[in-house]
Amino acid sequence: MTVAHRIYLDNHSTTRVDPRVLEAMMPYFTEQYGNAASRNHEFGWEAERAVEKARSQAAALINAKPKEIIWTSGATESDNLAIKGVIEFYKEKGNHIITVQTEHKAVLDTCKALERSGTATFTLIKPKPDGLVDLDDLRAAITDKTVLISVMHANNEIGVIQPVAEIGAIAREHGIIFHSDGAQSVGKIPVDVEAMNIDLLSISAHKIYGPKGVGALYVRSRKPRVRLQAQMDGGGHERGMRSGTLAVPMIAGLGEACEIAGAEMAVEAARVQALRERLRHKLFEELDELYINGDLEQRLPGNLNISFAFVEGESLMMGLREIAVSSGSACTSASLEPSYVLKALGVGDDLAHTSIRFGIGRFNTEEEIDVVAEKVIKEVRRLREMSPLYEMAKEGIDLKSVDWG
Amino acid sequence: MAYSDKVIDHYENPRNVGSFEKEEEGVGTGVVGAPECGDVMKLQLKITPKGVVEDARFKTFGCGSAIASSSYITELVKGKSVDEVRGISNTEIVEELSLPPVKIHCSVLAEDAIKAAISDWEAKNGGDKDAS
Repeated sequence: MTVAHRIYLDNHSTTRVDPRVLEAMMPYFTEQYGNAASRNHEFGWEAERAVEKARSQAAALINAKPKEIIWTSGATESDNLAIKGVIEFYKEKGNHIITVQTEHKAVLDTCKALERSGTATFTLIKPKPDGLVDLDDLRAAITDKTVLISVMHANNEIGVIQPVAEIGAIAREHGIIFHSDGAQSVGKIPVDVEAMNIDLLSISAHKIYGPKGVGALYVRSRKPRVRLQAQMDGGGHERGMRSGTLAVPMIAGLGEACEIAGAEMAVEAARVQALRERLRHKLFEELDELYINGDLEQRLPGNLNISFAFVEGESLMMGLREIAVSSGSACTSASLEPSYVLKALGVGDDLAHTSIRFGIGRFNTEEEIDVVAEKVIKEVRRLREMSPLYEMAKEGIDLKSVDWG
Repeated sequence: MAYSDKVIDHYENPRNVGSFEKEEEGVGTGVVGAPECGDVMKLQLKITPKGVVEDARFKTFGCGSAIASSSYITELVKGKSVDEVRGISNTEIVEELSLPPVKIHCSVLAEDAIKAAISDWEAKNGGDKDAS
């Protein structure tokens, strides 16, 4: 097996750096290696120009102003800074956070840490079975202590797109700050912080064909101006919100990645979604007992999350060795618990163990999709022939009625 | 996680996949695990009237290590007496397949499947434990 034969369908996990992005980064490793905070020589100025260009590129992608972009190490840091920063800054006003069971761990564990330290309390909204937040549940969770609503734009496992504009409107109406984790959505689908009333937005570079280790946090500057308590003390970089010497090459890469994503979004989303649909149709034509996890309409173009009933996810991945996908099966994690996202949707553990996430991206081709469909169909058939559950189901036994001891 | 060569071999070329008729004479069936836990093994042993395992079949829903563990035990039990088979411990499976710590439960499940299959056979054969 050579590297050339590998197929990468795990683009929610990370993406390949676009060659154009790498090209934009290179000068800042080699010739223009100045510190963007050096204000007294050409090396510093050119680094600063690179950083400010990237700031404009990132801002343009989400309809923000350049000064509203704060550079971070990635979306996890952005989530931490947004949530902890708001809670600490607005502690006189309140201490309650509303978020959702299907959020990324960077949000959930940050809320838990704040609760543990006695700094905040939080309410977790259970999504509907299609993965989307019920706006009535959101409204009902608001208290006079609520200072922050954090709802991701698109989910990393099931790709569902939350109604962020509606959520933003509710937050605005109640004078609550609205944070959204945009790690999976920015650059893939339109994001407009004005139209959506988003006050804080986490951005990641490596999900949009940029480098790992860099991200951004959009922080609304007016109507209303959002303030944050810095989580990293030091030289007062990034308007005092995030100290630390700027990673100029990485930031230049993130900026270029944003510019490319914005320019090519419409065409790319249509192409990627067509590949997703091609894969979905091929699988459903050849296999029975498949279940799509999450709403199919309100969904990222490149996401397909399917439970292949009676076939455990890790064993299927093992059969697809040259294909990179991911699974909600417990066996792929250290925790021995299947995906908490699928659990929140009400997907039973039995089906959660059989789920596979396909993440299609910019560099995937129709030929690759055809190879993947063929291999998945072949392996699922083989493993079902080996599965006692498939045999029982075919004999007409209701697996739910079996006493498994 | 990297799999050992033996796990990959059993996964790609599983031995003795299939089913015997449950009611066939001399067949003991053990089904262990649960779909919610991500592992279900069905092991069937065909045992002679003299108490020797002459054949075995398995079907497994589970990860590659679970499939490999059950495939391996179908080879391991053949030709052994019921008492010998009853004495098989999960550590033999762990060692043979070089299972990492997080996969030890697969070997435990395989051991449980053997014991469940023997119990079923004994129940059908009127608890004839002396046969050996």
